[in-house]
Amino acid sequence: MATITETNPVPTNARFFDEMNTASGDVRAHYNGYVSWFDGMSPERMTRKRQEADALFHRSGITFAVYGDEAGAERLIPFDVIPRVIPALEWRALADGLRQRVKALNAFIHDIYHDQEILKAGRVPAEQVLSNAQYRPEMQGVDVPNNIYAAIAGVDIVRAGAGEFYVLEDNLRVPSGVSYMIENRKMMMRLFPELFAKNRVAPVEHYPDLLLDTLRAVAPKGVLDPTVVVLTPGSFNSAYFEHAFLAQQMGVELVEGQDLFVRDEQVFMRTTQGPQRVDVIYRRIDDDFLDPLAFRPDSMLGVPGLLSAYRAGNVTLSNAIGTGVADDKSIYPYVGEMVRFYLGEEPILNNVPTYMLRKPDDLAYALDHLSELVVKEVHGAGGYGMLVGPASTKAQIEDFRLRILASPEKYIAQPTLSLSTCPTFVDAGIAPRHIDLRPFVLSGNDVRFVPGGLTRVALKEGSLVVNSSQGGGTKDTWVLEE
Amino acid sequence: MLSRTADHLYWMARYIERAENLARMLDVNNRMQLLPQSEREVERLWRETLDSVGVLDSYYASHENRVVPSEVVHFMALDRKNPGSIYSCLRAARENAHAVRGTLTSELWETINATWLELRGYDISQMGADELDAFFEWVKLRSHQFRGVSFATMMRDEANCFLRLGTFIERADNTARILDVKYNFIAEAPRRDDAGEYYQWSALLHSVSAFEIYRKAYRDQITPARVAELLVLRNDMPRSLAYCTSEMTAFLETVANQRSKETQRRSGELAASLRYGRIDDVLETGLHQYLTRFIVRINDIGNRIASDFLLPVTA
Repeated sequence: MATITETNPVPTNARFFDEMNTASGDVRAHYNGYVSWFDGMSPERMTRKRQEADALFHRSGITFAVYGDEAGAERLIPFDVIPRVIPALEWRALADGLRQRVKALNAFIHDIYHDQEILKAGRVPAEQVLSNAQYRPEMQGVDVPNNIYAAIAGVDIVRAGAGEFYVLEDNLRVPSGVSYMIENRKMMMRLFPELFAKNRVAPVEHYPDLLLDTLRAVAPKGVLDPTVVVLTPGSFNSAYFEHAFLAQQMGVELVEGQDLFVRDEQVFMRTTQGPQRVDVIYRRIDDDFLDPLAFRPDSMLGVPGLLSAYRAGNVTLSNAIGTGVADDKSIYPYVGEMVRFYLGEEPILNNVPTYMLRKPDDLAYALDHLSELVVKEVHGAGGYGMLVGPASTKAQIEDFRLRILASPEKYIAQPTLSLSTCPTFVDAGIAPRHIDLRPFVLSGNDVRFVPGGLTRVALKEGSLVVNSSQGGGTKDTWVLEE
Repeated sequence: MLSRTADHLYWMARYIERAENLARMLDVNNRMQLLPQSEREVERLWRETLDSVGVLDSYYASHENRVVPSEVVHFMALDRKNPGSIYSCLRAARENAHAVRGTLTSELWETINATWLELRGYDISQMGADELDAFFEWVKLRSHQFRGVSFATMMRDEANCFLRLGTFIERADNTARILDVKYNFIAEAPRRDDAGEYYQWSALLHSVSAFEIYRKAYRDQITPARVAELLVLRNDMPRSLAYCTSEMTAFLETVANQRSKETQRRSGELAASLRYGRIDDVLETGLHQYLTRFIVRINDIGNRIASDFLLPVTA
């Protein structure tokens, strides 16, 4: 039968770095174990296993809701059975970089809501921070436990060029996807147990333990045995599966806004045995919807009075209110400066060069090079509202040009990265598809994570957009232990 | 536990139980209409069935006031627009389960989810009378599976109590309704030979899975009074009113809170009256009247459970 490398001849011009195969067509050392196993598999068994995976995901309802689709529609996120493998050495360097980056980001958020040293020093332009829609004046002078604002960060990382890593964005609000990381591993172990007997794959299933530990570490001062809850917008939210999954795995209540109330600046949940005090809320609701008294008055999802209880220090919100200012695309170019300013270190992880279209020079350059660039909305997320120049038609580019000209400050542009690829099952067989990586970084008493993260894969040929809302899939991510 | 969680568990169980009992009721009607009888009688059977579950008006509204047996069956079993159909009950059960999936064991969630996915696969417009039989059988099996999986996998905690409360309160209500409509129907039917009557009673017993129990318990021919006794008063018959109310009372005691004293008292009183009741007294009052009063009392307890445990306590 054909081997995985034969069915997937890597173009010798090697426009993209492939995780499995070198430009000359050799299997990279860290994929040897997998490829020799794969070559011994019959295609029929592989097909059967892939169908089994679909059926299992469907039956267990591991789905996500798609916005704009018919009401309540649920879809499976396509799961690819070929894992993305990261050698231990590479992971260690990534981990160091992530730890450094998230520390600096937490220090930055604390600073801009307190003394604003970094703004005074002129290292980050003050108006970019203070007039940012994500900057929450309500948070000025509010102390949070351990000075941790982003207890849970999902940092999107891509590999480009000759294989160097870049941070694409820092998700510090309500990053999702960790449940798929765990479910993907469970699925792989169920489908192919023999693979895990042969390869030393670092485990990831203890993530909920680390998460609970982290959430307890940021409880309000003096609370010895904190009650932790997960706050969800409800069962129609696209990430509801994950909310329920994490609550169940941590053994804590999954609450909706209507289950909580505030009395005397303390938060309680309504239980069958009467009100019960809540100390830490892992909230999966955006700032705007948390408290109808403080933010959007039309929010049905939030808890009236929550902000007052929070400001009084009687409850911890994770992540804190107002973290969005630090993962904003207009602040992103300054993260390197934050590392230097707060930690006195050189940043380990690269940023993607970014043109800020509010600057006239950058704007002029971008407008001249739209067909080569990726243009993103500063406040966009989920792969909505972006232009991938090389993959767009003339008409799409012209349409986007008008939108940029109407309000350039809403956009940034970046060179189109040649994202690395990984062999992936597609209709026609196996072919290289672009991938990214979202490790989940937990900050409590110290910074911790499980090795790896969620690998997303763009299933359309040539596509660089990996978001599940845009038809992306996922893979199991292996960090090989030495 | 969260009041809202308890509410979803309770209603999830109620909807599954309701779907099962609807399947039983429709199944027994299908059997009853096979007996030689006039068209008017058959029509009356279906009209009373619709009435017993409170959907006669909405049926009339969508069917030009005409009772056509096959249309009634479709309406009660598979009509997506009828909120009381088996289809809608299983959908509601699944929605409630989905809202608290983290509280359910994964086996239980998968059982309910798989039921729903399979139900959606049924081609509703294409289902013939013969396939309906199999469909009712499937609904019952799925309900059995739900109970079995929850019994075998769930922790014996509050979640389990609210789930069982939902099952037994719904079953008590449904048994009372099935018995009421069928008992009347047979009693008021034109006098027929013994064989005809035998089939009527045995169909009723079959519908509540009580035919074999009857044989075991009485070892004698089927009489209306004994049928009523079995379904109302027998403590060892798992679908009887006595059994359901005594289970309800026990689960209520386990979850009791400061507000629930009166609810427990009413439930206990109702259970005791059934436990120590005599069928002669019941029949003297008139079974119909007795069952009507029972349904009112069980609804009252249902409302009290909602306000004691399930509705959000206000600050």
